[in-house]
Amino acid sequence: MIKEIDLYARQKRLAWWLIAPAVLVVVVIIAYPTIQVIVYSFMKYKLDGVTPPSFVGWDNYSYVLTDPDWWSAVSNTLIFTVVSVILECDLGLAVAMVANSKFKGRTVFRVAILVPWAIPTVVSSKIWSWMVNDIYGVVNIVLTDLHILPQKIAWLATPATALPVIIAVDVWKATPFMALLLLAGLQLIPKDLYEAGSIDGATKVRQFWAITLPLVTPTLLVALVFRTLDALRVFDIFYVMVGGQGNLETMAVYNQQQLVSFLDAGVGSATSVIILIVIMLFVILYTRFSRTSFE
Amino acid sequence: MSTTKTVSTLEALPTQGATKKADTKAAVLRILFYALVIVIIVFNLFPFFWALLSSFRPSNELFSTKLIPNALTLDHYVEVFKDQRFVQSLINSVIVAGLTVLIALGLGSVCAYALGRLPFRFKGPVLYLVLTMTMFPQIAILSGLFVMLRTLDMFNTRQGLVLTYLIFTMPFTIWVMTQYFRSLPKELEEAAYVDGASPLKVFWDILLPLTMPGLVSTGLLAFIAAWNEFLFALTFTITDNMKTVPVVISQFTGASSFEQPWGAIMAASMVVTIPLVILVMIFQYRIVEGLTAGAVKG
Repeated sequence: MIKEIDLYARQKRLAWWLIAPAVLVVVVIIAYPTIQVIVYSFMKYKLDGVTPPSFVGWDNYSYVLTDPDWWSAVSNTLIFTVVSVILECDLGLAVAMVANSKFKGRTVFRVAILVPWAIPTVVSSKIWSWMVNDIYGVVNIVLTDLHILPQKIAWLATPATALPVIIAVDVWKATPFMALLLLAGLQLIPKDLYEAGSIDGATKVRQFWAITLPLVTPTLLVALVFRTLDALRVFDIFYVMVGGQGNLETMAVYNQQQLVSFLDAGVGSATSVIILIVIMLFVILYTRFSRTSFE
Repeated sequence: MSTTKTVSTLEALPTQGATKKADTKAAVLRILFYALVIVIIVFNLFPFFWALLSSFRPSNELFSTKLIPNALTLDHYVEVFKDQRFVQSLINSVIVAGLTVLIALGLGSVCAYALGRLPFRFKGPVLYLVLTMTMFPQIAILSGLFVMLRTLDMFNTRQGLVLTYLIFTMPFTIWVMTQYFRSLPKELEEAAYVDGASPLKVFWDILLPLTMPGLVSTGLLAFIAAWNEFLFALTFTITDNMKTVPVVISQFTGASSFEQPWGAIMAASMVVTIPLVILVMIFQYRIVEGLTAGAVKG
């Protein structure tokens, strides 16, 4: 008995020691910079090393919120997020259902769908930039050869054609991830439900709506949150494919530009705080509406 | 949506043909199903193969869409490996991603052991915090980190990158590894405790070896995430000798700024991608396990 209490005390003490280093690191690299960002957002803070930082109240926020570039970045981000996440959910479910059925070559199929996910985003963006190259790109050549396009298009030159291309790249890259999560969800559905459905004479289409969809919804909702949070902070694809072409920034690109190109930590931080609020609002609204708990 | 319906229709095809008509229908559906499988595989792999093919095409043939090139060449690979910037960035990426994984696994797995196996009063809140942090948007602390790294004299250094990469690797490692430690049966350690082993010995000798599969999958995922990271590497390094591979590839330029050296870019892209594709092929099962443990079990 005494030995047991002793062991319990030792375990408890050890727990503190084992958790402390990880918590310390997280505090240093996440909590501290977050507080700093909030403080800087109220300061005139140029990173040129010349002007000393000083408090300016809400100036940085009013600068960002009245900047048309910011609002165009917001609208680009939202269009990108909504369209790509919807496509990824639908296609992801389709791919997951294929991966979940029995057929020859299923392993090959599963490896194949992992490839786009494993390729670094910068590399995917470069590969697609090459594929949609205005003169030599395979997309233009094939589409003009098949007379689908009357002439070659400079896809990345204008926002109207660049945004669909960028969405396509993201869908290509993120659908596998979606499919894998949904596949895990599909595998949790008991097989006898389908058997019972068949005996009762339910068609396969009906079984999809009555069994598959409702039972995969919890997984779908979790996957949706992950993808949306990722999409709202999209940076790599836009920066690499249309970086510097103006008019097609995202919230994250705008933020990074403020910091690096204009060396303005004040405006950059205010942008960060606004992005953080947008994302938190999404999470709060989402948990309200879907009543998902993350515990 | 029509594709989804087709698939569900095909999910449990009748194997025993009742009538000839049903047989034909089943055969048609089967063919359609395989057509769908092929379409998905082609869509997923085509960009990769196109890039691979482009990387071997001689420069004068690069601008043709013929599927089978007349000749293949290693010129572009020779070119990128002669480029000191690229070679250095490969070394940097290996160092940064490797160190990140070691530190994240080291600190993360002991923390996960405590959270998964030991009595700890704030277990719930800490786990909740860890989960929140796995979804933390990195862009939101960019300027805070920028200033912090400059103050610590770690701006434009590999150790600075490693430190910031722990932001997205550590919470994830802790979360997934905690699930692994929790899933092990209680009896394992009880016998050892009866024999008088210390908690640390139990962790090291009994539990850690059993969580090897978990360590492999989280380690792989952390490595891939660090290897692919772009935003921090772009923002926190300025000189060529500190840049990582994604940054160098994004900044590849040719002799003139109007013409991009596509052959070289594709060769460099293949050099950084093929190791990952091989890892994915070998560890397919472990990677899927780690990915889904990170999300679905939440």
